[in-house]
Amino acid sequence: MIAAAVIVVLSPFLAAVAGLLGTRRLWNDGRPPGTVDPAVYRRAAWIAVLPTAISTVLAIWMVAYLWTGGALPRGAASYGGGSAFWSQGLPGVVQGTLSVIGTGSIPITAGLRVDGLAALIAVLVTVVALAVQVYSVGYMRDEPRYPSYSAFISLFTSAMLLVVYAGDLLVLYVGWEIMGLCSYLLIGHWWEDRANSRAAVKAFLVTRIGDVGFLFGIFTLGFAAGSFRIDDVIGKVPQMSTGTLVAATMLLLLGVAGKSAQVPLHTWLPDAMAGPTPISALIHAATMVAAGIFVVARLYPAFLGARPTLDLLAVIASLGMLGAALAALAQDDLKRVLAYSTISQLAYMAGALAAGSDEAAVFHLITHGAFKALLFLCAGAVIHAVGSNLMSDMGGLRRSMTITFPAMTIGFAALVGLPPASGFFSKDAVLAAIEHAAAGPGPLTDAAAWLLYGCALLTVAVTGAYATRAWLRTFFGESRVHSVALPEPEPGVAHVWDGREAPASMLWPIGVLAVPALLLGFAGAGTLEWSTAAVSLLVALLGAGVVYAAWRADPAADPARVLGPFQVPCRQAFHVDAVYSRLFVAPVLWLARVVARTDDTVVDGAVRGSGSLAVGASGLLRRLQTGNAQLYLTGVLAGVLIIAVGAVVLG
Amino acid sequence: MHVVYPAVLAALLFSIGVYGVLARRNTILVLMSVELMLNAVNLNLVAFDVWLRDRLHGGQVLTLFVIVIAAAELGVGLAIVLAVFRNRQTVEIDRLHDLAEPDDPGGEGPATGDAPPSDPPAGGPSPDGPMARPQGAVPARDGAP
Amino acid sequence: MTSAVPGLWPPTAQEIVFLLLGAVVAGSALLVVTTRQIVHAALWLVVSFGALAGCYLVLTAEFVAWVQVLIYVGAVVVLLLFGIMLTRAPIGPSADLDSGNKVAAVVVAVATAAVLVTTVVDGFRTAYTPLVPGEGAAEPLGRSIFRNWVLPFEALSVLLLAALIGAIVLSRTDIGGKD
Repeated sequence: MIAAAVIVVLSPFLAAVAGLLGTRRLWNDGRPPGTVDPAVYRRAAWIAVLPTAISTVLAIWMVAYLWTGGALPRGAASYGGGSAFWSQGLPGVVQGTLSVIGTGSIPITAGLRVDGLAALIAVLVTVVALAVQVYSVGYMRDEPRYPSYSAFISLFTSAMLLVVYAGDLLVLYVGWEIMGLCSYLLIGHWWEDRANSRAAVKAFLVTRIGDVGFLFGIFTLGFAAGSFRIDDVIGKVPQMSTGTLVAATMLLLLGVAGKSAQVPLHTWLPDAMAGPTPISALIHAATMVAAGIFVVARLYPAFLGARPTLDLLAVIASLGMLGAALAALAQDDLKRVLAYSTISQLAYMAGALAAGSDEAAVFHLITHGAFKALLFLCAGAVIHAVGSNLMSDMGGLRRSMTITFPAMTIGFAALVGLPPASGFFSKDAVLAAIEHAAAGPGPLTDAAAWLLYGCALLTVAVTGAYATRAWLRTFFGESRVHSVALPEPEPGVAHVWDGREAPASMLWPIGVLAVPALLLGFAGAGTLEWSTAAVSLLVALLGAGVVYAAWRADPAADPARVLGPFQVPCRQAFHVDAVYSRLFVAPVLWLARVVARTDDTVVDGAVRGSGSLAVGASGLLRRLQTGNAQLYLTGVLAGVLIIAVGAVVLG
Repeated sequence: MHVVYPAVLAALLFSIGVYGVLARRNTILVLMSVELMLNAVNLNLVAFDVWLRDRLHGGQVLTLFVIVIAAAELGVGLAIVLAVFRNRQTVEIDRLHDLAEPDDPGGEGPATGDAPPSDPPAGGPSPDGPMARPQGAVPARDGAP
Repeated sequence: MTSAVPGLWPPTAQEIVFLLLGAVVAGSALLVVTTRQIVHAALWLVVSFGALAGCYLVLTAEFVAWVQVLIYVGAVVVLLLFGIMLTRAPIGPSADLDSGNKVAAVVVAVATAAVLVTTVVDGFRTAYTPLVPGEGAAEPLGRSIFRNWVLPFEALSVLLLAALIGAIVLSRTDIGGKD
């Protein structure tokens, strides 16, 4: 059985290798540079899609295997019980160890470990990855670098699956870092535009700050437990001191905040939308950013033992969910709306974790992965059709985009939490968990819990508002599409499509993802808390209603004007970028300039100085090279005399 | 006989030879000075042989050997001087400076800077050129039966 | 030996003769290196070598003295004169026989003399030997050479042969290199 897990991880990796090595045109067949050879394109597409499909099938089979191997007939029936639903419904654990790498102190176990949580997340990852790969075939047509693009997606899929299936914290970290690399490479896919490569560098650097903390968190846990194996670490948690746990989880939290784009390391995610839209769907909405939440859920016993960390997580989540939702309300770029929405939704999951309910967090993670990927893919189709990211260039698209419109409506409904979409159930689970933490005994202090609860409810309203706004501005009202005036886009903007609806290879993934986005929530329907659901639904409809009223008043104007004077700060995401730039970037740049100047003047100066000193000295000494043998002989004899006298006098 | 007399005389003779080697321009004069130095050594050898009463007469035998070697050295040395003269039309030692640093604007050393060739030897191209083999050598070789 | 050593002053008759000859040697050597006429230098060399032969005679090394006269005064100086002639050296006084290195040469030479004389005087102030006539005659010297020094003697003959061939190869213009 472990062989299947290995194949799940390895087949996208081999696809990446094959895609990077095997799809180059080795000879020029006469076509101008920058154009795509259809044969190469087709080959790259097959190399990309097939292994991902294999992984998907095997990952689903993995879940089925664990399910049938479990004692309980239906996983959903036990949801909400004392322990998480995945360990109830999918009780088995498949694990295997390739080898144990001795390091001198604590060995590293190169092995995989598949339990219910890992199997579920892996299915999410592979399904979304498969959808994105298929979608990219259409979206990235006429893209000269499609082979490397699809290979990087395969590599990312493999890395994410490694994170999910890893049986050892350091193996997990390997996948974690490869994900970061792929994210960097794919954000900067259209690197010809300076802004894109800057966004890629920003994403890389910001997540790097978090990853340093993450690595040291792993070390702290590993040394405290005497092993890096996840089972051992979790097993040793009861014996660890609170101080160790707090230190380790705080460090881990830094990495989680970096990867999952939580306050204060969230600023890279909106800029990461510079990458191709399928990448935003896969990496920056559904999977990679969820990895932080996944890791917390994975090591949840350690977090439960560190109350201050959970309080901090609650505060971070409160700030993140409300701030990001408000920022999303004011954005004009459709993808940035979705990006801030992602931050906000991830903060929901973090809040659920802080409130002590990892199953709610993971439930929301899975449904969010489905509907956010769906939203991004729909946004990609819209952008593809319009040729612009800006909502002020859209409008009235519901008549022309007959498939994208209902799919995106489902996505928005899930995002807002309208029944019967999946988000309704998962968000209800999260809110219920937070409410319990605030009302009753929970891991949080009362202040943090109430702050979290208040922010969560407010965010529900704001979510309803921004989702409604984006939906209305994109699909309703007068068309603002400049059908002719749009110039041929630069690299970095999706290609202008002459037809109104996207091609079939893009519509199929949208349609397929719409199903789980709509229906996945019923898996958790049995534990719905009707009072909480009613409150949140009411609040969401309130937010949506305000925006709808504003839109009805003037369909041409931006409904974000309801924010009033807060519109500009919200659009700028509360100037966090500017503050960071002032606080961190400017001093670092100043320091870099000082270092560069020091290097130029002092270090290079010493090097150059020694060089010019040697040249100057040789300029003096070369005058002695007159070619006059007598002069040389004079020197020799004088030297002999001096040596003789010296030997006599000193000896 | 005090040994110090011949020893001091030899020292003086040697120093005079040193001066001649270092100060003379003409290569033949330099060779003469070398002979002076060799003779200083010979004098020392003889004097110490006499003083030590060497049963094998090592000092005096060695003096003879040195005389023979000096004669051979002079023969070869003069042959070299003649070869140089054939190629360069000069035997002045401070103008044979092919080992000097080339293309230096101030490159003439102190020894040669103030001693320009006042009268170049008769006949023949300027000897200041680099290793260019003067024309005199090749026809002479061809013409010699 | 030190018990029978007479003082440096007054010098014995032999020593007086030696000193006079030595003065001639040094003086003519000085003229060799300072004269402005190149032929005169060769001739002063004859005087210097001849006086040196006299010194050898005083030191009882008669065979060496005669060899000195024969080879140095006879052969070497003639060879030098040939060299002077073949290199078309100017006959008569010429102003540029000394190079610009003269000052340095004087300094080095004086320093050499100072070091050597100091050392020699310091080391051999009391060394004395009575002179025994006949010690350096041809007969004991020849016996010594052909009894004890045969091998170096033969080696020397090979060296002479090599020098002979070398001198011929160097001087002849019809033997070229492989160019």
